[in-house]
Amino acid sequence: MDKAQRSAGTPLFLAWLVALVATGGALFLGEVMGKTPCLLCWYQRIAMFPLVVVLGVGVFDGDARSARYALPLAWAGLGLALYHSLLFWGVIDEALSPCQQGVSCADADLQVAGFVPIPLLSLFAFTAILVLLLSNRKKEGRS
Amino acid sequence: MKSKWLMAGAVGVVALAFITGIAIYRDRSAQQAATAVQAGSDALVRAHAPVFGNPQAKVTIIEFFDPSCETCRALYPVVKGIVNASFGQVRLVLRYAPLHPGSDRAVQILEAARLQGKYWPALERALADQPRWAAHGNPQPELIWESIADTGVDMAKARADAGSPAIADALRQDIADMQALKVRATPGFFVNGRPLTNFGEAQLKALVNEELAKVPKP
Repeated sequence: MDKAQRSAGTPLFLAWLVALVATGGALFLGEVMGKTPCLLCWYQRIAMFPLVVVLGVGVFDGDARSARYALPLAWAGLGLALYHSLLFWGVIDEALSPCQQGVSCADADLQVAGFVPIPLLSLFAFTAILVLLLSNRKKEGRS
Repeated sequence: MKSKWLMAGAVGVVALAFITGIAIYRDRSAQQAATAVQAGSDALVRAHAPVFGNPQAKVTIIEFFDPSCETCRALYPVVKGIVNASFGQVRLVLRYAPLHPGSDRAVQILEAARLQGKYWPALERALADQPRWAAHGNPQPELIWESIADTGVDMAKARADAGSPAIADALRQDIADMQALKVRATPGFFVNGRPLTNFGEAQLKALVNEELAKVPKP
């Protein structure tokens, strides 16, 4: 209880919280506001949704090692979010994008409250999760 | 132990925010829909649209309808039932929202049948056979011709009429009105101009009953 509980501490909890809020937000945009997720959004969802479960079990059981299993998902999500953000801002040409017909991944409709791009939110969330998980791992190594 | 309570609290807060968000979002889109209707009340009923039921009915259900839409098919008997059970108090006006590939052709065929006074039988045949001709990824609206062959439609004439510019113009008008009224999914219902924002069979009936209650008794 004591050591494991302490090492599975605040950063892990915060990382789980970010994943939870991001998942809730993605579901709200998709299911309530009726925005159809584009292909890249789906891949980022695939990386984000399991983080709630993996980190949630880790926090619940005080198991800091759950961060290990979460890290590959977080890295994958970060890569996708970065690529998506570059696509959204036009740094990468849309013609090169893997988006199918239907919903464009570089669409200006991918914005919350009219000005915050969804890919940027995703990028923030994955970055925050990664930083928290890495800081948690450092602490784990020290103890 | 503390972290478990924190987790439960966090899940509770996120769930609460989600549910509150749904309520706020619904409210806001209802207001937006209401302003869209006020701005474009002409866009609701057009003279060219098919009417089912008593044309002088006091309560009008406007349905933005897609012949390929499964939910439109499922709700068709419900809407028809509301009109038939109203003793001439409720009428249905169909507007087209051809959101699926192939729907525009389906509309053309149905409208060609309407020119011969066979619209509603043709529509019911087409809806019954919808799984056959409206498969996603492989729509074959031409199969509707087979479905409506025994309704007594003069097929040669109907085939010639289906491509008429009048039908194409009406369809274009419907699509323009659909966009003006911010209908993004089918079926899109308005009852006496009030949009059905919380979708469902019971909600539609409730909205119709509210409007029926406003009708002055003779």
